[in-house]
Amino acid sequence: MSKSISNFDWISIALYLLLVAIGWVNIYSASLSDVSTSFFDTSQVYGKQLVWIILSIFLIILLLSIEAKFYERFASVFYVVSLISIIGLFFFGKTINGATSWYQIGGFTLQPAEFAKVATALALAKYVSDIQTDIRNLNGQFKAFIIIILPALIILPQPDAGSALVYSAFFFPLYREGLSGVYLVVGLSSIVVFVLTLLFGPLWISVGVIVLALLAYFLQKKKKPGMIAYIGIIITAIALSFSVDYIFENIFEQRHRDRFNIVLGKEVDSRGIGYNTNQSEIAIGSGSWFGKGWTEGTQTKGNFVPEQHTDYIFSTVGEEWGFVGSSVVLILFTFLMLRILYLAERQKSQFNRVYGYSVAGILFIHFFVNIGMVIGVLPTVGIPLPFFSYGGSSLWAFTILLFIFIKLDSERMSFW
Amino acid sequence: MRKILLFIIIITTGLLFIARVFYLQIMDTSFVGRSENNAVKVVYDYPQRGFIYDRNGELLVSNQPSYDVMVIPRNVKPFDTTEFCSILNITPENLAKRLDKAKIFSPRLPSVVVPQLTKSEYAYLQEKMRKYEGFYIQKRSLRDYHTENGSNVLGFISEVNQRKVNEDPYYLSGDLIGLQGIEGYYEELLRGVKGVKYIQKDRFNKDIGPYKDGIFDTLPKKGKDLTITIDAELQKYGELLMENKRGGIVAIEPATGEILALITAPSYDPARLVGRQRSKNYTELYYDSIAKPLYDRGLLAEYPPGSPFKTINALIGLQEGVVDTDDRFHCNHGYFYGRGRRLGCHAHASPLDMVPGIAQSCNAYFANVYRRIIEKYPTPQEGMEAWSNHLKSFGLGDYLGSDLSTGRPGKVPTAEYYNKIYNYPTYKWYSTATISNAIGQGEILTTPIQLANMTAIIANKGWYYTPHILKEVEGKPIKEKQYTEKNYTTIEPEHFGPVIEGMHQVYKSGTASALRIPDIEIGGKTGTAENFTRINGKRMQLTDHSIFVAFAPVENPKIALAVFVENGYWGGRYAGRIAGLMIEKYLKGEITRTDMEDWILTHSLEDEYAKPLSGEPFKINQ
Repeated sequence: MSKSISNFDWISIALYLLLVAIGWVNIYSASLSDVSTSFFDTSQVYGKQLVWIILSIFLIILLLSIEAKFYERFASVFYVVSLISIIGLFFFGKTINGATSWYQIGGFTLQPAEFAKVATALALAKYVSDIQTDIRNLNGQFKAFIIIILPALIILPQPDAGSALVYSAFFFPLYREGLSGVYLVVGLSSIVVFVLTLLFGPLWISVGVIVLALLAYFLQKKKKPGMIAYIGIIITAIALSFSVDYIFENIFEQRHRDRFNIVLGKEVDSRGIGYNTNQSEIAIGSGSWFGKGWTEGTQTKGNFVPEQHTDYIFSTVGEEWGFVGSSVVLILFTFLMLRILYLAERQKSQFNRVYGYSVAGILFIHFFVNIGMVIGVLPTVGIPLPFFSYGGSSLWAFTILLFIFIKLDSERMSFW
Repeated sequence: MRKILLFIIIITTGLLFIARVFYLQIMDTSFVGRSENNAVKVVYDYPQRGFIYDRNGELLVSNQPSYDVMVIPRNVKPFDTTEFCSILNITPENLAKRLDKAKIFSPRLPSVVVPQLTKSEYAYLQEKMRKYEGFYIQKRSLRDYHTENGSNVLGFISEVNQRKVNEDPYYLSGDLIGLQGIEGYYEELLRGVKGVKYIQKDRFNKDIGPYKDGIFDTLPKKGKDLTITIDAELQKYGELLMENKRGGIVAIEPATGEILALITAPSYDPARLVGRQRSKNYTELYYDSIAKPLYDRGLLAEYPPGSPFKTINALIGLQEGVVDTDDRFHCNHGYFYGRGRRLGCHAHASPLDMVPGIAQSCNAYFANVYRRIIEKYPTPQEGMEAWSNHLKSFGLGDYLGSDLSTGRPGKVPTAEYYNKIYNYPTYKWYSTATISNAIGQGEILTTPIQLANMTAIIANKGWYYTPHILKEVEGKPIKEKQYTEKNYTTIEPEHFGPVIEGMHQVYKSGTASALRIPDIEIGGKTGTAENFTRINGKRMQLTDHSIFVAFAPVENPKIALAVFVENGYWGGRYAGRIAGLMIEKYLKGEITRTDMEDWILTHSLEDEYAKPLSGEPFKINQ
């Protein structure tokens, strides 16, 4: 242990500690009530979070004490246990805010989906790093997708679309390990077609796709690909566009449609469904350069932003710490993710690298979706901001996710 | 590519998010105000409105508490509606309707259920209030009038209208504001400054404590107490004399320009515009388009001044050097000016010089004087300019600039004006074309306050302070230059002697000799103004307006006034009597000419006013 302490990546640990500390400071402000008590008042949200944070320290010590190979060896076990735990929610789960995502254990609630991400990351890393696995062939891809999609499919109907969405993060490690870029192109194109269809309707998109394809076909001088391929792409795009329209209008519920429409600027509704985003933007927007000061945010104090200590915690940062504070937080997150990527790249073991990429990817999707929602550029999807948002499960899950990687990284040189 | 894709995505996302946050926080400044509207409630602390005293220190207007029953609908628990309704004197259905309305407005915010309880209703209800959860009583301040007179002078308080709210950030919807009279003109002194408390709210609009511990909060400043120039006794007496008549009286203290009385008839009790009946009463007054009780005749009514105007022509004649006090003019029942046109006159001795000319109000005398003024100059245009400039120095033809919230400019015709109506230079016009100006009947128009001021100028021999209504603020005399600097006329002081003597003679031997007041030397001048109305589109002449201007005592004048009685016939009949009584009341404090008082109090002009509305043919000047 003493030898490995110097091997721990202290930069990542420092970034982690900073984010957790800043997060708690903002949770304190967001959940402060008139009856001020001590920081440790466990009847208050900030007091509970402080307990979770302190327990995290012990968790970290535990995680770092365990031998690195333990995580790889038992990856499959963790994965199976995770699947069982999220399936068990259908039978023993507790419903909070309409989602059956929690186990009640004494006075505490536990959200197994948070931990399932860690298990999936370990399982995927183990599978991909297996000497027999080749992610470039369809068989390998199929099995990897099964590992990823299984927990997502179990979580989706709970309903917890946000947590399910996070599993798209595993695209990044797979791509790094050699997954065809076609998936990326198809995925991105689909998103573009999806958004444009919502904005302009399928008819215009069809016209646009055809015009673009014709342009590309006639402007390309060297080796023209077959007409068939072009026609296939055009038909697929048009079909996608029409099906998106159909799904959006007929299968989506109104609340889903509203969320998209508000972000796309097609609807303005600051009282109903758009209330959260609107109030969150007001909170952040009123922060100006340096913010209103800690616990001085009027939006925060007035509880105008719902779920502010959980999913909307970043709006407190924006209001009370201003542009300077928000930028610092955004930069810290960016640095942490980049640091993890950098560490992942220097791994000798494929297991470590895939896991590291998974960690970076998961953090990124959470960061992207959560902040994007809070600053009003993405639809409302309820997922927490890592290390920041209130909640023991979330904090512990991210702590485990990160520190397993730090442990793996610290022993990257050892041969075992 | 595979190694850097996520790097690039992470860095791009980080930069885009920082840019978005920069846009929200720095570029778009609209969020700051929106967050304040959202989360900070402003509560105002209304100060006590200033009191109003008359010139002798008599309290005219103070404040009275008024009690509104308020409700917060969500806090209401079942209660004994029958008892509640009987205390408040409303029906249960009515109460249910009011509660529904409050609930629709907001279940969480207070609404008024029953406004402006009387003190006795309040006292009784207060005992029982604990039984009615969700209801409470809010105290407001209303005006309390200690006089039934001078409503036109005092003005009134009303809820501020939306236009004012938009114009002036001080006012919020629902605030009270002074309108008209003293309350209107000196609103800013009387209202004081309201205090402000900022209160942090939560998203349910519930108060959760002072915003930033109250560092922005301010205390209310009490409104200033005002002493006005009105003599409440005189005002009251004037209103009494004007009962059953229409018209106005304006009395001014010549030495100071202070308005002693400003009477318009008909009038109303100022207390009618306070309390639960306010809006009903106001509507009633507002829609009385016949008697027009809200129309301040003393300030707004523009009429031809008639004979009192002759005094000014005499003064201008002397100043221009075109007439001497000894110059005599013949009068053969009028003044003839070419092709058989005549300016008629009544029977009196002839020829007359200036003093008896004024005393007898001889039309021929002033026609001669007027023609000499105009014809002194090479062209009638120049003569007219010289003449109207003299008039303007008397404060005629323009707003007086007094501190009364309304006024009219009247009219002084100019050369330009006549050029226009006679289509000069295609057609020429001469002094005879405007000869009616000689006797105050032509195109000239004045308001009673202008006439009173003109009389004060004669009493002062050539100068005046702009008439005003405010005397002291919090016991300190006003210092506004506008009211404390003399305005000089274009007439030299020495010319006033003969005119004053003429006006004195009006009482001694002239048209008002029957109206003398024992022991008081009065200078006055009667006047009669023809007037017309339209009935079914046809121009009909009505009984003449009775006009009188006077000042007293002739040596060292204490009061100058103009009295104007609509359709009162000749000057001495109504206006002259009223003027004399007002002077006696003010100087002596009691009435010795009780015969005159009885006559006025027992004579009504209501029949006269009914004539044009009766739809039947009628006779005038009877």
